[in-house]
Order: sequence, then C-alpha cells, then structure tokens
Amino acid sequence: MKIINNTQCCNAASNNHNNEYTSDKKNVMRRYILYAIPVLVIWWLIYQRLSDFSRAVTYTFLNLPEGNHLSSAVEFFLFETPKVLMLLILVVFGVGIVRSFFTPEKTRKILAGKKESAGNILAALLGIVTPFCSCSAVPLFIGFVTTGVPLGVTFSFLISAPMVNEIALVLLYGLFGWKIAAIYLGTGLLIAMIAGWVIGRLRMERHLEEWVLQIQAGGNGMVEENLNWTNRIQYGIDAVKEIVGKVWFYVVLGIAVGAGIHGYVPEGFMASIMGKGAWWSVPIAVLIGIPMYSNAAGIIPVVHALIEKGAALGTVLAFMMAVIALSLPEMVILRKVLKPALIATFAGVVGFGILIVGYLFNMLI
Amino acid sequence: MMQELDFMEIKILGPGCPKCKQTEEIVRQVIADEGIAADVEKVTDIMKIAGYGVFGTPAVIVDGEVKCVGKIPKKEDIKTWIKK
Repeated sequence: MKIINNTQCCNAASNNHNNEYTSDKKNVMRRYILYAIPVLVIWWLIYQRLSDFSRAVTYTFLNLPEGNHLSSAVEFFLFETPKVLMLLILVVFGVGIVRSFFTPEKTRKILAGKKESAGNILAALLGIVTPFCSCSAVPLFIGFVTTGVPLGVTFSFLISAPMVNEIALVLLYGLFGWKIAAIYLGTGLLIAMIAGWVIGRLRMERHLEEWVLQIQAGGNGMVEENLNWTNRIQYGIDAVKEIVGKVWFYVVLGIAVGAGIHGYVPEGFMASIMGKGAWWSVPIAVLIGIPMYSNAAGIIPVVHALIEKGAALGTVLAFMMAVIALSLPEMVILRKVLKPALIATFAGVVGFGILIVGYLFNMLI
Repeated sequence: MMQELDFMEIKILGPGCPKCKQTEEIVRQVIADEGIAADVEKVTDIMKIAGYGVFGTPAVIVDGEVKCVGKIPKKEDIKTWIKK
C-alpha cells in the first residue's frame, strides 16, 4: 500500500440524482454502445499498427542503422510508450465504470459480519473493484473494524486494494503478456486472502489502539448515490483524466529507462545478480522494495528490461510486490491505529507471502 | 450549533492530501461567490476524522450532516448544500 501511489485517490464522480425512466435508460445505454463500437475498432486498428509505426519512424524517418544500441532503444521506446498508454486509457476507463458500481460503504456492508475464510476471499476480490485511496486507509480501516468486519477480513481488503491495481495489470499485460499478468493477479489475491486469514487467526484485536474501538463509526446517513449510465461514463472519463493524467509521466520515464537498458545493457548481465542461481536475491529484492517510493507505473517498465537481461521472474515479481504492497510511509500512517506488534505481523506475513511467491516462480519458470 | 441560525458550520475532513486541499479551496471559493456567512474548518487530525464515521477523505460536513465522502465535490453540488 503506497502513500505516494495514490493514483486511484478519491475518484471524482458526478452525483446527479437524475430519475430517468427505464425506457430512457435503455435508449441511453444503446446509444453509448453504438458509440463505443467504432471507437474500439479505431483503437484496435491503431494498436495493431504500432509496431510498424515504431519501425518506420526509427529506420525510415530517423534513418538509424539497424541493429545498433541506439536504434534498438529508440524503437523500443517508440513502440512501448503508445502501446502502454493506449492500454492504460482503455483499462482505466473500463475499471472506472466497474468502480462506479462500488463504494467503500457498499463494500463494508457486504463484508460486515462475514465469516472468516469466505470473508477473506470476498474482501480480496472487492479490493480490486472498490475505489480506494491510500490517504483514506485509516478512516476506512476504522470504519470497517468498528462496524463488524473482522480484523483479518479488513486486512485482506487493505492488502489487495493497492497491490492488485489496474495500472500494474495493464503494464504487466502490455510488456510481459497475459500469463504474467494473470500470475500477478492470482498470487496477489492469494497473498491478500491468506495474509488476512492468518492475521485473523492470530486474534490480534487487542493490538489495535484503544481509541479505535471507542469510535462509533458507520451509519452516517450518507445518501446512496443513484448513478445512471451517463454518470457512469462520466465517472470512467474522470478516472482516465485523473489516473492517466497523473501516471503518464512515470510510464514514459520508466519506458525510457527500460529502453536504455534494452539497448545498452548486454544480454545476461543481470543473471549473476538477480538470476535464479542467486537464492539471496529474493529476500534482498523484498527488503529493497519496502522503502522504495515508486509506483507501479514507473517500476514495471524497468522491471521488464531487467528480465530481458537475465533477471529471474520470481525475484522481479517479489521486488515489484514489495514496492507496491509494503511501504514505510503507509506503516507510519497505520501506526496511529495499530500497535507495533500488529504492524510487524502485517509486514511480516505479507513479506513472507511475497518471498514464497518469489521462490515459487524462480523454481517453476 | 444553533446559536446563530444563518451562520453555517462547514467542516472539511482530510489529513492533507492534495485532494483535500483542493476541496477546501473549492468550498471556500463557492462560499465567497455566493456571499454566504459560514464557518469553515479544516479537520486534519486522523482521530477526529475517524470520529465522524466517514470511510474516506476528503469529506465535507455541513451543519453536522455528511455531504460528500472520498472525492472532490463539484461546485454545483456545494451550492445546493449551502442554500437553505
């Protein structure tokens, strides 16, 4: 969970309380679907041409010779940047629309009073689709635990929400393919479920700061927003403006660094430091990852280039998860509600899960 | 809160993230534009914020009523909150 990575921070949604008739609603929806099809087709056609485009610019327009460091780096940059940004816009828009159906309040209602195991699974899944801002981690945490969501279930949510984010998934899909993206999604969810479950089993409720349990939270009488499709589309557009507007720079910067590594660092360079043979590289990757301030957008293109040069997938995955899911500033904030023993348990359990994922993938792949 | 009826009490809850600052600016601006006498207070203490029972920040509370949670409110919305 990142304080810096507050890209999903408090997505703006319009809250017009329009009362459309159902027939109108259907018409509006049909119109949007009609608009969406040509847009998607154009998007797809451009996306398919990106490789030709990057080659044409590099070798014809810039007239760089084939096969040297510079042209290899330039081609990489010109291909990956528009590709990742196009994917990002599409996915952030889609996720924005899905998120317009969920609010932290609704998620809390679903999770309140749930039994542990099922609750952990549900909480980890809801962590993906609930709009969540790490700056409101503390009020959300208190809201959950004081209104009947078990502590372990709350942790499952708090681990999954930042770790499994759409930006990380898009970048992984764009740069590594769907298999790696699916592995990240699956293991990220598993860590959130199991870590939350373990914390719940350890019965650590007494390690909450006393004032937390005295708070009468929840039921603040917020009016549920009644969104229609126009609002949801607007929500998606706002999400794109906000998230892509914030991360595009890190994406471009990350790809530029990645392009440099791609073009200039010799093949197999990373194998000795971050390769499979180096068993100690996994824990070190996790330790280095914790205090790092980067977000998914900046770190993944760099990670991609490292893998190309021989770094082992598990080590890199562990590094990335530690960067995204465990962060010092966040622990400082959580310290206001958790006693040190619980923070240490949280970091320990999640860190241990990440270590296992790292070793597992170094063994499997 | 009822000692002065037309003196509205607006609280903006937020630990100090950029969104919370923007929310405060926007609220103050609307109040100035509409010429409404209101007491605007920024609540940054996380313990106090939690005490209001909101799930996210920034949140806006007008005369004890939670109006908006987890996002920057739109100007038109703020106008409807402060008009009686």
